[in-house]
Amino acid sequence: MKHLEKSMSDLSGFDVLVVGGGNAGLAAALSAIEGGAKVLLLESAPEWFRAGNSRHTRDLRCMHDAPTRVMSGAYTEEDFYKDVLSVTQGKTNEHLARMTIRASTECTDWMGSYGVRFQKALGGTLQLGRTNAFFLGGGKAMMNAYYDAAERVGIRVVYNAEVIALNVKDGEFQSVTALIDGVSTEVGAKALVVSSGGFESNLEWLKEAWGPMADNFLIRGTAYNKGKVLRCLLDLGMESISDAKEGHMVAIDGRSPKFDGGIVTRLDCVSLGVVVNNKGERFYDEGEDFWPKRYAIWGRLVAEQPDQVGYSFIDSKAMGKFMPTLFKPYEANTIGDLAQQLKLPVDVVEATIQAYNAAVQPGTFNHEILDDCSTTGLKPAKSHWALKLDKPPYYAYPLKPGLTFTYLGLMVNDRAMVLRKGGERTKNIFAAGEIMAGNILGMGYAAGIGVTIGTVFGRIAGREAAMQALHPKGTSVVVQEVAIHAAR
Amino acid sequence: MLPAELLEEGQHLMAVCNSCRYCEGFCAVWQSMETRSIFEEKDLNYLANLCHNCSECYYSCQYSPPHEFAINPPKTFARLRAYTYELYAWPRPMATAFHKNGLKVTLLMVLILVAVMSSASFLLGGRLFMTVHDGNFYKIVPHMVMSVAFAVVGTFSALALLIGFLRFWRNVGESHSTLASPGAIATAAKDIFTLVNLDNGGDGCSYPKEKSSEALKWFHHATFYGFLSCFIATTLGAFYYFVLGQHGAPAFTSLPVIFGTIGGLGLIVGPIGLWIMMQRRNEEIVDKSQNGMDLSFIVLLVAISISGLLLLVLRQTAAMGSLLLIHLSFVMTLFLSMPYGRFVHGIYRSGALLKWSLERSRQKKVKAPA
Repeated sequence: MKHLEKSMSDLSGFDVLVVGGGNAGLAAALSAIEGGAKVLLLESAPEWFRAGNSRHTRDLRCMHDAPTRVMSGAYTEEDFYKDVLSVTQGKTNEHLARMTIRASTECTDWMGSYGVRFQKALGGTLQLGRTNAFFLGGGKAMMNAYYDAAERVGIRVVYNAEVIALNVKDGEFQSVTALIDGVSTEVGAKALVVSSGGFESNLEWLKEAWGPMADNFLIRGTAYNKGKVLRCLLDLGMESISDAKEGHMVAIDGRSPKFDGGIVTRLDCVSLGVVVNNKGERFYDEGEDFWPKRYAIWGRLVAEQPDQVGYSFIDSKAMGKFMPTLFKPYEANTIGDLAQQLKLPVDVVEATIQAYNAAVQPGTFNHEILDDCSTTGLKPAKSHWALKLDKPPYYAYPLKPGLTFTYLGLMVNDRAMVLRKGGERTKNIFAAGEIMAGNILGMGYAAGIGVTIGTVFGRIAGREAAMQALHPKGTSVVVQEVAIHAAR
Repeated sequence: MLPAELLEEGQHLMAVCNSCRYCEGFCAVWQSMETRSIFEEKDLNYLANLCHNCSECYYSCQYSPPHEFAINPPKTFARLRAYTYELYAWPRPMATAFHKNGLKVTLLMVLILVAVMSSASFLLGGRLFMTVHDGNFYKIVPHMVMSVAFAVVGTFSALALLIGFLRFWRNVGESHSTLASPGAIATAAKDIFTLVNLDNGGDGCSYPKEKSSEALKWFHHATFYGFLSCFIATTLGAFYYFVLGQHGAPAFTSLPVIFGTIGGLGLIVGPIGLWIMMQRRNEEIVDKSQNGMDLSFIVLLVAISISGLLLLVLRQTAAMGSLLLIHLSFVMTLFLSMPYGRFVHGIYRSGALLKWSLERSRQKKVKAPA
């Protein structure tokens, strides 16, 4: 708050301006100051809601050849890259992806040097202990540590500062127009880092991309990712990457708040039961693969259904076999009563469940493996974990698409430099985080990779921006580092 | 019965926390929570007393106010703890002693002081102000009088605390038989003596403000070990008197005096440190209705320590008689108020840590599906 009082008078004289104060923005700001620059950071949210989606993160995915203090086993470059290829179905930039993967080895130590704390390896109930390092207390704790560090090293942070326009001449950034506490203010700097996230909280833009169905999307993260900086830069002729409909969308509890519900909105019971739409019909194989490998497609599946809703039905056998939920399930002693509570066509739902039960084949249920419990002659089939719904009480959870982040972004090179249409470099504009994640994730998602991209590109963008601001004709640090990594 | 509004608040907290679990690296509360899927009153009462009130979770929480879920774990747990103190109080009618506790303890202190001083001046007259050259207290208050008075009050106090503990133990779903678990007791003792739940891997916790600090742990240690040291001093004093037959004033270099002095200093530094932090703590996460209870306990401990140390220093002067009676009045107040004030947190937290230790050995974790 004390920063704000004097904010109007002295926002000039900064070398590097960072727009957006999430993980990528703070990584950039701290790296720019490591490079000797004077750094100003504009965050559009008020202080409590700062840090965009980073506030809701929990972990980052890191390559490591041997167990570390915070991760078990080994997760090699090839393992990691294979996972990237698999989730993106090849829609990635191999050079940038491998560079990110190699640089991820340094992330936890670097973050730790700024006070970010991690859980010990193999702690708690986590299944990702090999591939991912978990922040002690989650993403908000991580960001609190970063902001404390920023204050210590003298980064100027201004909250309630929403950038609404950019002044760029011939690929060279001059200044931004920001609404600071609602007052329009012109802010210049020698170099710019944009780390302002995607556009998932911009409901109009979502509607442009998805049509009217977007009205029924829930936004799992921050309400402050409006994509205004992204839109400005695209309008100024920067090259885009990925597509407005690409992003990370999961099926979440339909009763979740419109914004900011975060992790607690998740529902892990889909693979244990049957999912119907509001006509009472099944529409996809609930047991196709392990839920963590499939939850990302269910957002889109539900989005394609009428009114963008689904209903996960389970019986008493499934209770306690999945993570506890924020909202209590609907409950009834018959499928018909349950359907009635949910205002679904009772006859159709009963017929759907009867047909499903009749198609279930005997097998040995085991939720830990792709078991042999499946249906026969049913369309769509349920390939695994197919048990009859026959043990009352029955339970149901409503599902809606929950948009987590978007991939339409700015094309960058390996110096995090934003590219203009045709591939020409801008002079002093760098990007990090969700706004450029589409370069590596053309589609799909693997847990924790967003924070990895944000940290790696934030660090590069910050160093490069400082270099550009202080030594406009100097050579890049990063090009040399990439060469060093490649030589190993 | 837990008020419906508080039960609902506790269950809402658990619904959010147990479906998030980001805090599981912090302390026992979250690890123990993860072994449950249903949160009834007994679970809330247990977890509330397991909470060490470090506030680390609050600052890390993406769902604390102004988020619409508006959860506030330290405050909800503090309110639940206050409820449990009344629930377990023995004898039952004494539960009301927790209301306006600060005022009541202060009144008790004044009352005992006045009663002791006036009866002493009635019984002793001018002898109260005589100078006892060897500093022997028993020339002012006979050993027999002191022993009998404190044995009676101490026994009552210990009984009340023991019954409170057993009520807690049954209320949180344990049976008397599970108390006989030496291994679990040893683990719990380690947690109690090290305050590992305030430690966060050596970083300390977010108290009194957001920035990590070990101050809470160290000032609590000073208080706790100071108390223990004074207890040892008293026990040794009794041993010297009854077993070794040393009926005179213990020498400055004797063990009872050394333990008493160290303990007294701890009980000045610790509680005053805790009081200073109380002034600086974040009001958002505090159940202010308990401030009086905290303050009266702190004042009592400091008053006992200062009067005790003065008594030691001035025991060969004419002030000894008055100081002794003042000191004894304060100690008497402490003994009487212990089962009905902040002291009970130690009893129930120790119980909660013992249950947590048992739970770990039972190894029943509700695992997330693969």
